[in-house]
Amino acid sequence: MTILLFLIPVALALGAIGLAAFMWSLRSGQYDDLDGAASRILIEEDRPKPPRPKG
Amino acid sequence: MNCCAIGPTLDMATLFAGDLAPWVTPGPGGSHELELVVPGLESAEAMVLIEHELESLDGVETARVNLNRKRLSVTWRDPGFNPNVITEKLRDCGFVSRPFDPSDSGFKTDDAESRTLLKAVAVAGFAAANIMLLSVSVWSGAEGATRDLFHWISAAIALPTVAYAGRPFFRSAARALSAGQFNMDVPISLAVCLAALMSLYETLNHGEVAYFDASVTLLFFLLTGRLLDHLMRARARSAVSGLLSLASSSAMVVSENGTSQVIAATGLKPGMKMLVAAGERFAADGTVATGMSEIDRSLVTGESNPEPVACGAEVHAGMLNLTGPLVVSVSAVGQDTFLAEIIRLMAMAEQNGSRFVRLADRLARIYSPAVHILAGLTLAGWLIATHGDWHSSLMAAIAVLIITCPCALGLAVPAVQTVASGVLFRHGVMVRDGAALEKLSAIDTIVFDKTGTLTRGQLRLVDDPGLSPGDLALAAGLGQASRHPLSRAICEAARVRGIVPLPLSCVAEFPGLGLSGRYGGNEIKLGSRRWCGVAVDTTHGMPEFFLARPDVPPVHFAFEDDMRPDAAETIAALAARGIGVEILSGDCEPAVRLAAARLGVGRWQASAMPQDKLKHVEALQKAGHKVLMVGDGLNDAPALAAGYTSMAPSQASDVGRMAADTVFLGENLNSVLVARDIATATQRISLQNFALAVGYNVLAVPLAMLGYASPLIAAVAMSTSSIIVIANSLRLGLLFRRVPVAPRPMTRQSTPLQLKRRLA
Repeated sequence: MTILLFLIPVALALGAIGLAAFMWSLRSGQYDDLDGAASRILIEEDRPKPPRPKG
Repeated sequence: MNCCAIGPTLDMATLFAGDLAPWVTPGPGGSHELELVVPGLESAEAMVLIEHELESLDGVETARVNLNRKRLSVTWRDPGFNPNVITEKLRDCGFVSRPFDPSDSGFKTDDAESRTLLKAVAVAGFAAANIMLLSVSVWSGAEGATRDLFHWISAAIALPTVAYAGRPFFRSAARALSAGQFNMDVPISLAVCLAALMSLYETLNHGEVAYFDASVTLLFFLLTGRLLDHLMRARARSAVSGLLSLASSSAMVVSENGTSQVIAATGLKPGMKMLVAAGERFAADGTVATGMSEIDRSLVTGESNPEPVACGAEVHAGMLNLTGPLVVSVSAVGQDTFLAEIIRLMAMAEQNGSRFVRLADRLARIYSPAVHILAGLTLAGWLIATHGDWHSSLMAAIAVLIITCPCALGLAVPAVQTVASGVLFRHGVMVRDGAALEKLSAIDTIVFDKTGTLTRGQLRLVDDPGLSPGDLALAAGLGQASRHPLSRAICEAARVRGIVPLPLSCVAEFPGLGLSGRYGGNEIKLGSRRWCGVAVDTTHGMPEFFLARPDVPPVHFAFEDDMRPDAAETIAALAARGIGVEILSGDCEPAVRLAAARLGVGRWQASAMPQDKLKHVEALQKAGHKVLMVGDGLNDAPALAAGYTSMAPSQASDVGRMAADTVFLGENLNSVLVARDIATATQRISLQNFALAVGYNVLAVPLAMLGYASPLIAAVAMSTSSIIVIANSLRLGLLFRRVPVAPRPMTRQSTPLQLKRRLA
């Protein structure tokens, strides 16, 4: 059963990475404008990427 | 154009005419930032166009649109940059804008709250998934030290999660209990806390059963329901406040020495002289000091007929100045205005109205005590049956609390209402909150205002076989030069009939009277009876114009307020559903009689003052009716507040729109019918969801009371019931899937796509 000593921390760490990634995306404003982001992907324009809006 | 204009004329398109400097905030790295609300922002094309146009302005560093919130954020570095250039550029592109004030209308708290809820959902979801992973191992046979280890790890995840993610429920439960009431959050908090504590006790004693997964999964589902509810309200709020215009929030003040200055309406004082250009709304009550014009009071009193005003005439805030510039001496501000009077009446109406209790809360009042009694009975029964075995008795009682925890119930209403508000949104109807939907489903009487609600609030030339195309061409030639609604109606009628207006020379407009010009050496006049020398006849009451030429009898043009295109069908369909329809208008009797006859409405009342409207709606409510008030004007606002629920078109006055529970966009009255139908379906599905959730409890509670509810059964039952409830809610979206093309709000701007082509 010693395999548990590896697998459980690995499983928890993966979950925690997911949670941290979500928290980061929330804090960096990626959920602020879902409609806009959905349309922006379709825009065919060569413009420099605007800087990330502050949190 | 208008030859009588004195002083500067302000363009109507600038909703906010004041200086933008106070709204500029320091951005990161020494830059400056301005946030604007742009209500017309609706498509990706508009977003691209605005960002592109603004970034091509000299000095602007970035322009970023938030399409969801219809907001625009612009940054620049040069301290000498004039931010007013931004709004001017936007106006050139066909968009009206106003500065965004985060402190008003609770946006900040809204954003903060949905963020907190979203974080709590994420944490609870993470915890639930991981604890479930460990729990499944326990259920599939882990024993001894391994099981203890798994329980300990679960505890280490679950306890902080409960403490963090459970706060919204604990707070609300504490509030309810300290007020001596029960809400759904009381059994929720109890079940979550007790499950966690009991499991901790079991873990300490190497017990077999731990409910950590139940406690955290419960939180996850319940938080999801709460988040949905919150997002729906936040969306409606930002949509409605996006429509708010500040059209009359600033005024141009003329001082003694002739200089003029734009100030905020709140800074107006009695005795000040304000200049109101043609096409502007009055920012305060006052009397006309100089100038002649006509005013449109439809938003304030419901009268559709423009009225001539001259020196000494009284005007109210919110009325629209039509033809000539006026200098108005401000007579009342703040507490003394007509507007303040309306707001007082509204406050009174709200006090008299009974407080509405939402479906979920009504159910909670029965459900919560029932759950606690059941748990108590289980405890007592087990104590008697086992001769005082506290441990197993408490376990059984807590199992009952966990099983009955209103997980599916917590989702039952928010899930349907979120789907419903999405469906309504696509139909161009914006609902303030779930309570409005619930109320809308129960109405049995609808009281309509006439001007601006049943009608479009725009005058149209009445078809008259005696009217020759030549006369119309001549009248349109003159009318082209004026902003008067009757002149515009004549031009529109000519355009529809394909008649080209005749070119006239020396066209001049005389505010309050009419127009004159020369054609073929003759003087032509278009305007009121007095202007054209026709005998005055007051019995008529409908708006009219005359066209006068030498040697020809004057030609009569009659106008009426155009009905919304589907008004008659909508009213027939409402009547077919057994809903009583009435018209309550501030307009004069002939106009209301005509409208009622055309729409087939038997009960109507004309010349109603705001107080009369309020009294009538209250009397209907006292008689046991549930009244939906539909109106747009300032004069409807008290009645809107008094109604069981209320609706306003998006062109309504700000006060009317704020008083209404529901706002509809577009030209179709059909929205009222659609909203009522969707609300009824929503209510039906909510009740079905309740039945499903309660049915699940009827099955599961006996198991729990007998002590057979293992954590596995609890987990399966809870998840299935929640998923069934969500699936049933999504059915609503299928029921109303065939959506007409979403009606767009009536705006005077050209579409961004056309603009883009033009600018390209």
